[in-house]
Amino acid sequence: MSTASQATPRLAPGRSGVKKELPDRFKDYRHVWVFLELERGNVHPVSFELLGEGRKLADKLEVQLAGVVLGPPGEMVEDAVAEAFAYGADLVYIVDAPPLADYRNEPFAKALTDLVNTHKPEILLLGATTLGRDLAGSVATTLQTGLTADCTELDVDSDGSLAATRPTFGGSLLCTIYTLNYRPQMATVRPRVMPMPQRVDKPVGRVMRHKLSLVEDDIVTKVLGFLPDNQSAMANLAYADVVVAGGLGLGAAENLQLVKKLARAIGAEHGCSRPLVQKGWMPADRQIGQTGKTIRPKLYIAAGISGAIQHRVGVEGADLIVAINTDPNAPIFEFAHLGIVTDAIRFLPALTEAFTRRLSPHSRDKLAS
Amino acid sequence: MHIVICIKQVPDSAQIRVHPVTNTIMRQGVPTIINPYDLFALEEALKLRDVHGGEVTVLTMGPPMAEDSLRKALGYGADRAVLLTDRYFAGSDTLATSFALSQAIAKIGETFGRPDIVFTGKQTIDGDTAQVGPGIAKRLDLSQLTYVAKIASIDLKTREIEVARRAEGGTQLLKSRLPCLITMLEDTNEIRRGSLQQALCAARSQVVKWTAADAGIDDLTRCGLRGSPTVVKRVFAPTARAESAAQIDTAEKCLQDIADELIANILTRRPALEHELAFNSGT
Repeated sequence: MSTASQATPRLAPGRSGVKKELPDRFKDYRHVWVFLELERGNVHPVSFELLGEGRKLADKLEVQLAGVVLGPPGEMVEDAVAEAFAYGADLVYIVDAPPLADYRNEPFAKALTDLVNTHKPEILLLGATTLGRDLAGSVATTLQTGLTADCTELDVDSDGSLAATRPTFGGSLLCTIYTLNYRPQMATVRPRVMPMPQRVDKPVGRVMRHKLSLVEDDIVTKVLGFLPDNQSAMANLAYADVVVAGGLGLGAAENLQLVKKLARAIGAEHGCSRPLVQKGWMPADRQIGQTGKTIRPKLYIAAGISGAIQHRVGVEGADLIVAINTDPNAPIFEFAHLGIVTDAIRFLPALTEAFTRRLSPHSRDKLAS
Repeated sequence: MHIVICIKQVPDSAQIRVHPVTNTIMRQGVPTIINPYDLFALEEALKLRDVHGGEVTVLTMGPPMAEDSLRKALGYGADRAVLLTDRYFAGSDTLATSFALSQAIAKIGETFGRPDIVFTGKQTIDGDTAQVGPGIAKRLDLSQLTYVAKIASIDLKTREIEVARRAEGGTQLLKSRLPCLITMLEDTNEIRRGSLQQALCAARSQVVKWTAADAGIDDLTRCGLRGSPTVVKRVFAPTARAESAAQIDTAEKCLQDIADELIANILTRRPALEHELAFNSGT
C-alpha cells in the first residue's frame, strides 16, 4: 500500500491510465492566474517569474493571463497592479481591504477562494514561498482540487491539461503530474526556478476589484509584529551572481571553512547540499536544491557535491557550473560545464589562492608596476 | 491538554539509490525512519505536555509496518499511538491524505478527548509538499500556524497561543486561538532520548489500529486513488546534457597549475566574470 504523497514514483494500478472526463461544472473554467505575493511593500520576484511562465501557458491555451493582488487599500496594491501589467498580465483581480495588510491564512485564503469561485480560472500558480505554500494548501483543500508543489517545469498538453513536472522521491527522478478532472489546476514554483521575464511598461489593462467577505473581527489570528532578518547574506543566496557550495565530499564540518574562504575571496555567497543541513553542518537557509534555495548565478562552483536531481534542479539555471569531485561518475558531471576530478579538500585552497592572485586589484597593480 | 501529532514513516532518502541501467528507484533494503521534520514537532509536543500536563497522541497513516514508527514515538514518550491503515488509502495524494487524517483526528477527539493542538512537521522528506498540514487545518477548521519556529506562550484559560513563524525575509509574531494546527520548523528542538522505562513501556503498549470504517470514514471515494485529484502520469530520469562537463586534466600537474587553468577556462567562457569577481574581491 502506498500512502505516500502525490510524488510517489510507484504508479498505482490504473493511475497513469486515468482519463480526462471533466465534469460539466468545470467546463467554463478558463484563463491562467498568477498570485502576486506582496512582501513588505514590494512584489516578491517569484511572482514576476510566474507571470513569465503563465504568459507562455496562456498563449498556448489562447486564453488570458490574470494577476491576483491581495493587500491593504493604497499605493502598495496599485504599484503591484502596474507591475503585473508590466510583466505580462492582461488583467488583474484586486481584493484590497485592511485585514489583508499582513499575511494571515484566513483572510487571504478566503479572498483567493472567493475569487476562484467567482471567476473560475483553469490554472492557478503561486510561488512556493512560506506564504505561497501556506495559502495554496488551504485554498486547494477548500476547492477540493489538485495541487502540485515545487514544480520545476510547467507545460500544456495537447488536450489543454496542465503538465506539472517536479522531482520525486529522494530527488532521483522527475515526475509529471496532472489534475485531470478538477479545476483549477494548481501548482507552486520556487523562486528562481523560472527565468525573470522582460519588463515592458505598458498602459494599464483591465482591473477587476472585489470586496473581502470577512471583517477583522471574524479573523482569529492577529499579527503582533514582524522581525526582519538581518541584512545577512542568507536572504541573498537565491539572487547572488556567484555561489560556491560544498557537499558530503568535504568529509567533515570543519572543511566547510574552505568553501567559505573561497566564497569570501571572490565575493560569492556560500551554500551547501541537503545532507549537510541534515547533519547540522550548515543552517537550513544555506541549503541549495529542490527543498532549499534555487539559484541562478552567473558562476556556480560545487565542491564535493555528487549532484542528485534534488540538487540539480536547484542549480540548473546557473550560467556556468564548475564541479569538483573525486568520483568521475558523479551525476554532477552530467550537467556541469567544467569538471575537475580531484579532492575538493586539497583543491579548494589552491583555487582560492589562484583567484586571489589573479583578481586582487592590489596584486595586479603590483604586477603592472 | 491533549496534543495530536501526525508523523510519517519515510524511506531514509540518504540511502536511496537509483538503478544505473533502468533509472528506477531501488527500494530493496532501504531503511525507514520517522520523517525527520516530524521529530521536531514531536519534541515540541512532549515539552508542552511536560509543562502543561495532558497527553500526546501520535497518529500515522500508512501500511501495517508503519507501526514501527509509532513504537519509536512511544519510546520517546508519547502516551498513545494510532495507526490508520486500510487498503482504501493506497495511492492517496495530499488532498486524500489530509482527508483521511482529519477524519481520524476527529475520531481521536471523540474517543480520547478533543485535541487542543495538532502538530505536523513542516513537510516530509519524500513528498516535500508541505500540503498535508494546511489540508488538515482547513478540514477541521483549526487556525493554521505553519513554519513555526517557536511557541512563545500558551494560555489554557483564555485559549490563546503566541508563536513566532518563519516568513519571507523575517519572522512573524502571531497570536491565535486554540485549537490550532502547527507545522514545526527544523532546528527548533533537539529530540530527547527516551528512557529505558519508556522503551519497555513502548514495547508493551498497544498501538490502536483503525481501518477507514473504524475512523468513521463513510465516503471511500474521497480516499486513496479515487479521492486524489492529482494523477502521476510519467516518471522519468532527467536527460543528460548533450555535452558532459569539459574535464580539466589533472594528471601530473600541481594543484596551483590546475587552479590557474580552471580560472582561465572560466574566464574564456564568461569574460564578463573577470570584472565582477575582481570588483567583488577585497570588498
